[in-house]
Amino acid sequence: MAAPYPFSAIVGQDEMKLALLAAAIDPSIGGVLVFGDRGTGKSTAVRALAALLPPMDAVAGCRYGCDPAAPDAWCEECRARPRGTTIKTRRVPVPVVDLPLGATEDRVVGALDLERALAHGVKAFEPGLLARANRGFLYIDEANLLEDHLVDLLLDVAASGENVVEREGLSVRHPARFVLVGSGNPEEGELRPQLLDRFGLSVDVRTPTDLPTRIEVVRRRDTYERDPKAFVARFRTDEARLRRSIVAARAHLPDVTVPDAVLERAAKLCMSLGTDGLRGELTLVRAARALAAQDGVAAVGDAQMKRIAPAALRHRLRRNPLDDAGSTVRVERALAEFFGSA
Amino acid sequence: MTPGPAAPSAPTVWRDAAHAAALLAVDPHGLGGAWLRAPAGDVRERWLAALRRLLPEGTPWRRVPLGIPDARLLGGMDLAATLASGRPVAQQGLLADADNGVVLLPMAERLAPGTAARLAAVLDRGEVVLARDGFAFDAPARVAAIVLDEGADDDERPPAALVDRVAFCVDLTALSLRDVGGEEITPSAARVAQARALLPDVRAPGDIVDALCAAAWALGIVSLRVPAHALRAARAAAALAGRRDVAQEDAALAARLVLAPRATRIPASEDGADADESPPESSAEATDSPPHDDPAGADRIPDELVLAAVHALLPPQVLALARDAARWRRRSASGGRAGHAQASALRGRPVGVARGEPGRGTRLAVVETLRAAAPWQRLRDGGRGRVQVRKDDFRIARFRQHTTTTTVFVVDASGSSAAHRLAEAKGAVELLLAECYVRRDRVALIAFRGTGSELVLPPTRSLARAKRGLAGLPGGGGTPLAAGLDAARALADALARRGESPTIVLLTDGRANVARDGAHSRERAAADAQAAARAIRAAGVAAIVIDTSPQPQPQARDLAAAMDARYLPLPHADAAMLSRALALAS
Repeated sequence: MAAPYPFSAIVGQDEMKLALLAAAIDPSIGGVLVFGDRGTGKSTAVRALAALLPPMDAVAGCRYGCDPAAPDAWCEECRARPRGTTIKTRRVPVPVVDLPLGATEDRVVGALDLERALAHGVKAFEPGLLARANRGFLYIDEANLLEDHLVDLLLDVAASGENVVEREGLSVRHPARFVLVGSGNPEEGELRPQLLDRFGLSVDVRTPTDLPTRIEVVRRRDTYERDPKAFVARFRTDEARLRRSIVAARAHLPDVTVPDAVLERAAKLCMSLGTDGLRGELTLVRAARALAAQDGVAAVGDAQMKRIAPAALRHRLRRNPLDDAGSTVRVERALAEFFGSA
Repeated sequence: MTPGPAAPSAPTVWRDAAHAAALLAVDPHGLGGAWLRAPAGDVRERWLAALRRLLPEGTPWRRVPLGIPDARLLGGMDLAATLASGRPVAQQGLLADADNGVVLLPMAERLAPGTAARLAAVLDRGEVVLARDGFAFDAPARVAAIVLDEGADDDERPPAALVDRVAFCVDLTALSLRDVGGEEITPSAARVAQARALLPDVRAPGDIVDALCAAAWALGIVSLRVPAHALRAARAAAALAGRRDVAQEDAALAARLVLAPRATRIPASEDGADADESPPESSAEATDSPPHDDPAGADRIPDELVLAAVHALLPPQVLALARDAARWRRRSASGGRAGHAQASALRGRPVGVARGEPGRGTRLAVVETLRAAAPWQRLRDGGRGRVQVRKDDFRIARFRQHTTTTTVFVVDASGSSAAHRLAEAKGAVELLLAECYVRRDRVALIAFRGTGSELVLPPTRSLARAKRGLAGLPGGGGTPLAAGLDAARALADALARRGESPTIVLLTDGRANVARDGAHSRERAAADAQAAARAIRAAGVAAIVIDTSPQPQPQARDLAAAMDARYLPLPHADAAMLSRALALAS
């Protein structure tokens, strides 16, 4: 495949980019759902993110890409290493794994390696997509068309961060911590509420409605398709700058403080909107902290809260799911009430 | 509005269709393909033959049968080879086989959304991403899709996800063989081959790009894929004419072939009379300001020429096409087939496997069977040669037959109801929709008023759509209760035939005053309504009647009895109470 379309070359769609970057800075935010019109570059943005992210260190030879610096999260194979041996490290790109429609369960969770079993009579585990996505992103295009039994599987693994395989006489567990990124078109059907809730941030994407933006989108896309290399080169410095800012933000993230006043405001905001459970509050604060880290400020402030609140809360309003179109408006109204108009 | 626009003449239609075939042959994958609306027959075959003739010798040309399983469409395990060689052998699917070629999708109007989504992903990426049966690989599949649409009426349209990804929309419905014979208008295959070679060098000046975008926007086309396709079509047209720069006429041809059939409104500069032409309906566009009012865009677009060309080319066709497109849009907004229940117990969602022998009513899970057999191969024959499968190894696939429940709301929107209860009924339906949403049920909405009934919302799972349909529901007029009930029964029948379980929820005050034949007669209207209600009972459809009159009425109660339905009198009930009552009843 040719070089993917650069992230920084995506025209508009600021909220989608903001949410994806926040999830890249702090994976614990818990995934991004991108729902909206056809042909708005949802898939493009996710693939672009893969190319944008700085490479990470992984234990050499580990099939799950364990982090050498985090022994607590190691897989069984890494744990089983004799103590004292030095661990070889390699630089790998952050995995952004596609979960294609039509995938079968054995390839998603992993299964008995048929080749080795048939040819050599060896009982070996062949990891699936969830193993590949460990420490990275798992992308489901058309998430609303995914088969229910796969959705159930994903929900379970995404919640626990661990994939437990019990099949064909195999008993394997391995870490599977990934950021779930889903996209879809509401015209094709709604997403199950349980899955909806599992996403930290939710973004509505709309086709741009002003002509200059539309022209710019078509022009860039056209230039890219005619000569991907030259186009990617044109945005190399922008990409590098963005990449540096992600690295810097990740480093800065632990130092960002969340003042009590901000916490209280977040709680009040969620209460006034009637969001279900604590997840909304938690996500809001975490995402705002990621933005603060990116902005390079020492403490989370209103600015970050205001920017990310719609994405963090719009899919959690106690509803009337019919009122989806209005949920953004409701969040914004509450924001104006609490933070004063922008 | 003044008399309908004259339909374009048959020779024009055929010439345009031939142009589209030629452009598609120049850049098949780039243009995505074509949406070909025509009944199966000689005219359609003639067009397909013209396209095929223009493609290079040996270009793959594959038909995708309607119910194709993933293993054949995307790829999977090659069972014969696996058993013969004793090691897993992958088999690529039809889409990968058709790499650099064309796939035909017959009866695309009946294509399942899931299959459409798989095809759409492949069209986008130019490759098949496979993760099935123990295999994971990417296979190139740069295909063009010919979406063959035999839909007889506007209720049957191919999935929007596919239609959005193909450049051309060719409608041959009105043509007869007489219209397409004789003169050869397509360029020669050699010309097309030259154009294909020239294509990478063709440049499109910026103002052409701007103009095509502006024209698309002026025609009310929302998707950005459409102007992008138009641009590619213009480039192919230039290549075909031997030009290295896209000229005005190439852009005009592209606008005519790609943009015009998808128009949803007419550029206002020329026909102020058409100001009431309905704007695109989806909520996304509801807030759009008309693009030509956009001052920011106006001063930077040097597009008068192309827009003028579009105008000059379009008016006779575009009115017809635009209206058609708008109808289609409404229909596409229904996505009806989303929940087709499977007809056989062998189908449905796979929910895993179980040990057991294939036979009556079960199907062998091949890969799982091999997995079960795999560990024992050494013991059985020393691991050489053929795979030994024993009875114990058999695994059968288990499917969950998901019977979809579809709630058919039949809403009395007549004057008598509308005055005081329609808003309330709407509210109740919204609340019930919310419950259906949680249960993953589908809903449909039929409204009756005046002299007939209307299927406002074909069965769908999309609430956004349901809400839109409901909000736009007008009230007033007579009460053709029988017509509403007949429509509900017909829909329920159709759903039942597809293996779904329909429930009818009728909201009315029961006071029919329009008979089946449209006559305004209370007695006959009531008799017809009774007959229609009994027909529902005979069909065995579960039903609920919600009496929306201020005081409980005997008419509605009688109707419920005739339908063998639950009767819920709800004087002064608010929407929440209605909803609770229904939850208890069903």
